[in-house]
Amino acid sequence: MTATLPPETGAVGGPDGMPLAPSRPVLAQDWRRLVRMGAVGAVAQIFIALSNMPVRLDERVVVKPVLSLGYLTLLIVPFAAGYRVGHQIKREGMPQYAAGAHEVAGGAACGALVGGGLSLLAVLLANFDLREPLVNWSPMLAELLAFGNATWFAVVIWLLIGAAIGAVGGILRTLGPRTSRAVVTMALAVAGAAVLEPLVVDLAEGMRLEALTDRLYARRGGVNWTSALGLAAASGVLAVLARGRVRQARDHIASLEGARRNRANLGLILLTGAALIILPLFAGKLTNELLANVGLFVLLALGLNVVVGLAGILDLGYVAFFAVGSYSAAVLTAATSPRINPEMPWLVALIVVVIITGLVGLFIGAPVIRMRGDYLAIVTLGFGEIIRLIFLSDWLSGWFGGSQGITKIPGAGIFGLTSVAGTDPRRVFYLVLAFCAIAIYVSWRLERSRLGRAWMAVREDETVAEAMGINTVNVKLLAFVVGAILGSFSGAIFSAKVGSVFPNSFLILVSIVILVVVIFGGMGSIVGVIAGSAVLIGVLGGPKQPGLLAEFSEFKLLIYGALLIWMMLARPEGLIPSVRRSRELHQEEMAQDAWLRGQVEDDDSDGGTHAAPAT
Amino acid sequence: MSTDQDGAAVTPLLEMRSVNAHYGAVHALRDVDLAIYGGELVCLLGGNASGKSTTLKTLLGMLKPTTGEVVLDGEVVNDKPTSYRVARGVTMVPENRRLFKRLSVRENLDLGAYLRSDTDDIAADLERVFELFPRVKERLNQKAGTLSGGEQQMVAMGRALMAKPRVLLMDEPSMGLAPALVQQNFELIQQIHEAGLTVFMVEQNANMALSIADRGWVLQTGRVVLDDTAENLLAHPDLRASYLGQADT
Repeated sequence: MTATLPPETGAVGGPDGMPLAPSRPVLAQDWRRLVRMGAVGAVAQIFIALSNMPVRLDERVVVKPVLSLGYLTLLIVPFAAGYRVGHQIKREGMPQYAAGAHEVAGGAACGALVGGGLSLLAVLLANFDLREPLVNWSPMLAELLAFGNATWFAVVIWLLIGAAIGAVGGILRTLGPRTSRAVVTMALAVAGAAVLEPLVVDLAEGMRLEALTDRLYARRGGVNWTSALGLAAASGVLAVLARGRVRQARDHIASLEGARRNRANLGLILLTGAALIILPLFAGKLTNELLANVGLFVLLALGLNVVVGLAGILDLGYVAFFAVGSYSAAVLTAATSPRINPEMPWLVALIVVVIITGLVGLFIGAPVIRMRGDYLAIVTLGFGEIIRLIFLSDWLSGWFGGSQGITKIPGAGIFGLTSVAGTDPRRVFYLVLAFCAIAIYVSWRLERSRLGRAWMAVREDETVAEAMGINTVNVKLLAFVVGAILGSFSGAIFSAKVGSVFPNSFLILVSIVILVVVIFGGMGSIVGVIAGSAVLIGVLGGPKQPGLLAEFSEFKLLIYGALLIWMMLARPEGLIPSVRRSRELHQEEMAQDAWLRGQVEDDDSDGGTHAAPAT
Repeated sequence: MSTDQDGAAVTPLLEMRSVNAHYGAVHALRDVDLAIYGGELVCLLGGNASGKSTTLKTLLGMLKPTTGEVVLDGEVVNDKPTSYRVARGVTMVPENRRLFKRLSVRENLDLGAYLRSDTDDIAADLERVFELFPRVKERLNQKAGTLSGGEQQMVAMGRALMAKPRVLLMDEPSMGLAPALVQQNFELIQQIHEAGLTVFMVEQNANMALSIADRGWVLQTGRVVLDDTAENLLAHPDLRASYLGQADT
């Protein structure tokens, strides 16, 4: 993408209306790019293989008996490379030429290069012992690469597989919008069925639909290849029948204004709420546990979202408030807490917890908010660790139990809706859901309030905000306190749910995971934050909580990192950016389109930055 | 100190009495005396690092004077925060406009009225801003950062007007604008001034500023070196030499 197109090569259709067929110079020019992408892909491929992901994830079957998650990790790179190369030839080679064999050939060539990385690796593995420098490496890898055959087989087969998969990526480029939509839907349906397997099985048991899942899934996990084909066919047919109506409906809702929009939103919220209330009734332990974990992180992420997303304070030690919430709830409710054990009812304790955490927020916030930018981030990082070390310290072990932590925390009781630790994840989930609803409402109101606007002003330009008469110190402190209180809810529920708290539950990693959830979902966006938690915590798993792809837990951080980098490049605004913002953007585009069409009489005498409309 | 046309009986709207200000060890303002009277359009001229912006910050309360007094309506406000002064009609248009770029035009305007709670009055002022700048109304839901330079200047002015100011402090209104826009901007300032607003502007572009101002001061390394009417300043040989670049004509 960075290489500029030499204009003399005649690649671009000339003004004389030269036929825009692919010509030699384009491909000659693209070879370099193709080789570069293939090389990068090959390195990525070797890295993935040596990280031991393929071997570890081989246990999780996606489609029985042809595809495991382990092999899938090896197929993603050639596919992406093939797809990208097709994209680049199409986009930068010539603007209008019909898609065709070149994408496929380019994709295949690029995929073969990527696969060549694995071939090379197979040769290396056969000749050198990599056990010493690479502890993660397992001898199973060579076997896996060669499908149990000799090394030469691995060399050949990965070149072929790479080329095939790369070609598939290229072919996807050449398809029309309808066909490609159908293909993508089919792939997503099978992948979704495989990823959601534990959830689906759990729900089906609750609804007495075991017969269905027995057909769909193989006994030891994975979608049966017959049912995979059936699923793909069904979803493909559905996609063709729907003909993009789903997207139309979504755009329609997005384009609604005022009262109708509010009604649509309310309807969606009620629908989601009802589903979340009814669903757990049919779900077993696993689903509820998963939902509760996601909910806990939704709470945390909503709190951090106020601090980072609205007020723009990069807090890297947010786990501190989670820890304070957990520990204070534990001390207040547990009979076993060392020094003081008032054994308060959970709800009463919660009020005290909120006050304590709010004060801690004030206490930490006061010195922190005097700094800006990088310094602030570093200081918050420090405070996050300080709080954990305080709970860990021998000096205060009389209060907090030191490394022994506090155990036998009784669980949360609210008006008979008791959730004794760990025994009934369904009740824990309802408790989490209630607090999520509160937190969502509070966030939503705050965002539209005067305070919310002041936060955004501080985020945008602190000096000017001050000049507008905003008391920036107070406003930032309030952001810290609100964030702290939302985090303490999560902490209080966490300690009741798990039944014990240890300093090690509050490592710096938790802060980072929460921040990744917020960034991944979309900073400042409530829906985004929820979606971020669902995807990252629900599918990949939290710092200590297993997700749907529990096999990934070892490689979670690697994948978090990769996702974050990809996100920053492709969608810096996050998975689901704030609705208000996207609508603004939308209107902006419409205004600009109208302007370009000359519908708005424009007296752009100020010599502004607008470009003149093309003649 | 300059005198009012009608004599000395009028209290200045905003005043600095022998103010000294420091940034750490840097002595930024030295015994600065300024008085801005209601209904005036005055300017403070000076080169880079002469203390112009520091003067504004001190007037607005974002920097505390080490000695001396800042007086608003006869009240010493040295210890009052910015919000107190903004609420009493001291409003700044920052240099380079500095809009909240990722917020909408509407939100920018609303933030101008942050300290006000008189909803009806705010709505009326919003209408006034629209009257003054019809273009702003068209762009209401757009992000401020996507506007052209001229439009941003309008929003910056509108945002300041939303605070219901009595005295408008303008930090380098000509900075970062194309020459045609500078002209337009100064006409705008004059227009707002004629509508009854007191304006205090800080400028490097002495020619432009003095062409519309009543009086002016010249600041050099934190000290007021000249204090005169605009006409006299324009004719002053030192000023011509150092700021107008016309020493030989």
